[in-house]
Amino acid sequence: MTTTTTTPEAGKPRRTRRGGGVMSSSGLYLATGLAAVLFLVPFYILIRNAFSTDPEITGENWKFFPTHIQWGNITEPFRDVTVDFGQSMVNSLIVAVLHTAGTLFVCSLAGYGLARIPYRHANKVFYGVLFTLMVPTAVTFVPSFVLVSSLGWVDSYRGLIIPGLFTGFTCFLFRQYFLGFPKELEEAARVDGLGYWGAYWRVVVPNSLNFFAAIATITFINGWNSFLWPLVIGQDPSAWTVQVALSSYMTNQTVNYHLIFMATAISILPLLFVFLFLQRWLVQGIAQTGIKG
Amino acid sequence: MSTTTTRGLAGPAPAEASPARPRRGLRGSSTFNFWLFTSPFLIGLIVFVYVPIGWSVYLSFFEARFTVTPSDFVGLGNYREILTDSNFTGSLVTFTVFALFIVPTTWALSLGLALLVNRLRFMRAFFRSVFFLPTACSYVAASLIWKMSIFNGVRFGLANTVLGLFGVDNTAWLADPSPPWYWLVIVTARLWLQSGFYMILFLAALQNIPRELYEAAAIDGARRGLQTFWYITLPQLRATSTAVILLLIVAAYQAFDEFFNLLSKTTWGRPPLVELYYTALGQDQNYGKGSAGAVILTLLICLVTLFQGRIMGFGRGEDSK
Repeated sequence: MTTTTTTPEAGKPRRTRRGGGVMSSSGLYLATGLAAVLFLVPFYILIRNAFSTDPEITGENWKFFPTHIQWGNITEPFRDVTVDFGQSMVNSLIVAVLHTAGTLFVCSLAGYGLARIPYRHANKVFYGVLFTLMVPTAVTFVPSFVLVSSLGWVDSYRGLIIPGLFTGFTCFLFRQYFLGFPKELEEAARVDGLGYWGAYWRVVVPNSLNFFAAIATITFINGWNSFLWPLVIGQDPSAWTVQVALSSYMTNQTVNYHLIFMATAISILPLLFVFLFLQRWLVQGIAQTGIKG
Repeated sequence: MSTTTTRGLAGPAPAEASPARPRRGLRGSSTFNFWLFTSPFLIGLIVFVYVPIGWSVYLSFFEARFTVTPSDFVGLGNYREILTDSNFTGSLVTFTVFALFIVPTTWALSLGLALLVNRLRFMRAFFRSVFFLPTACSYVAASLIWKMSIFNGVRFGLANTVLGLFGVDNTAWLADPSPPWYWLVIVTARLWLQSGFYMILFLAALQNIPRELYEAAAIDGARRGLQTFWYITLPQLRATSTAVILLLIVAAYQAFDEFFNLLSKTTWGRPPLVELYYTALGQDQNYGKGSAGAVILTLLICLVTLFQGRIMGFGRGEDSK
């Protein structure tokens, strides 16, 4: 600790610590490259199988690439009669988008209210939100299902989306963020005659888009990938999300390898898009929020 | 009760302080606005979080099969039944074994990857993306790749193909609990899926370590590599490490997707949530017993998260960031 005071003066010939260490540069790249190859193997298998024929996948000898790329495989999951894959993609898209929009809407409003609007009992309300952080929603899926089924929401978008919107953790994150939002901006808006509501939509939200984007990215990924709740709610195949549809492939009597791998590849596409174009916000979101499981 | 919290827990200014400008009427009052902003969330929180918790406590005291409005009060009968149910207690053992495997391995791998990526000078963003990419995969998709291809029990599975080169016979990775090879399948799948995520956390923490510490250590004659890692990097990462470990435990506790999909139709390797799923939503639809199980699991996870909250400083307000 005390050694920090011996900071060398600027301009010293600096050898960056990257240069040395236990590993030489080539060793470093070798290790990283090896790990990267291992991490990419599952993706390679996914793509290989998706564009192969079944005999190529199940053949005696391992084929590294399909002899002829089977472009026709792309449409096959959509033509399959046993599982309505197209419908499940549509369901997932609707659910994930509305889940994201709804979560951002209710949680950000509440987070702002808790952080910035003076109210005598705000403390008590905040405790009520904090308490729910202790109980992961996954653990309470049985009672939640009981409630939602008695509302008659089984097999409906309402049942898939609405119960998941009220995450104490997201509300908490927004509150923490808004606590650090510059007061001057709001005060300027108030001077201009805007109330809390007006100031929120005209000044606070437009100046917080980075944070909203970060939370939105994480929320979308969680919504798209969630499985337990859609499995419980989607009793009828028409209400399956894509994850539930994929899961059903694994227990089917007959296995069409190329078909189910193509379906899996297609199911990952939307998130790949998110990764390629929104990675900045995603990384920021993870680092900033301190994470969600 | 709440008035004793003088630690600045909630952010808003004291209520006496009037808002920036004395407002006119109801729409300007801060009380009205507080509820305007928070009530959509709070109503949902009560209906979809508090009511289910309360309802499950209620149901857990009743004999409730196929019904959610039971009339047959059985006291602690459901609790007695589920706590003596070897399937349920076995699921807690399964979770413990799982946590013992997955928590240290994920911690080590994600930290290792972060250390590697942090030292790269070229193609750093590329490698970071590669390790991070599996986060885009769902547990279901990974389970499918693992079960249908990599650890397929027949000869064309990748693992069996590779082992076949060394003359090893085909292994039934998932279909046979002895020896319990299914743990290898389950742990590698989750390791692949979540390590990149935690690597990002470690990377952020590594970049926050003041450079001066390393420079000072160099002046003091510390050797680069193991010595600086042991005496500087690791201690500086202590807060992140603790947070990561607790998050990993909570995540392992909620494991469902990969167990359900990889081990469907088998009776071994059921963690708590899978066991609960079959109890409450399987053939029996035994909501009473399932609710008792949910209450027990909730109490157990509360202990962990309370501990986590204390360490990570949830709710400590402004200064927690």
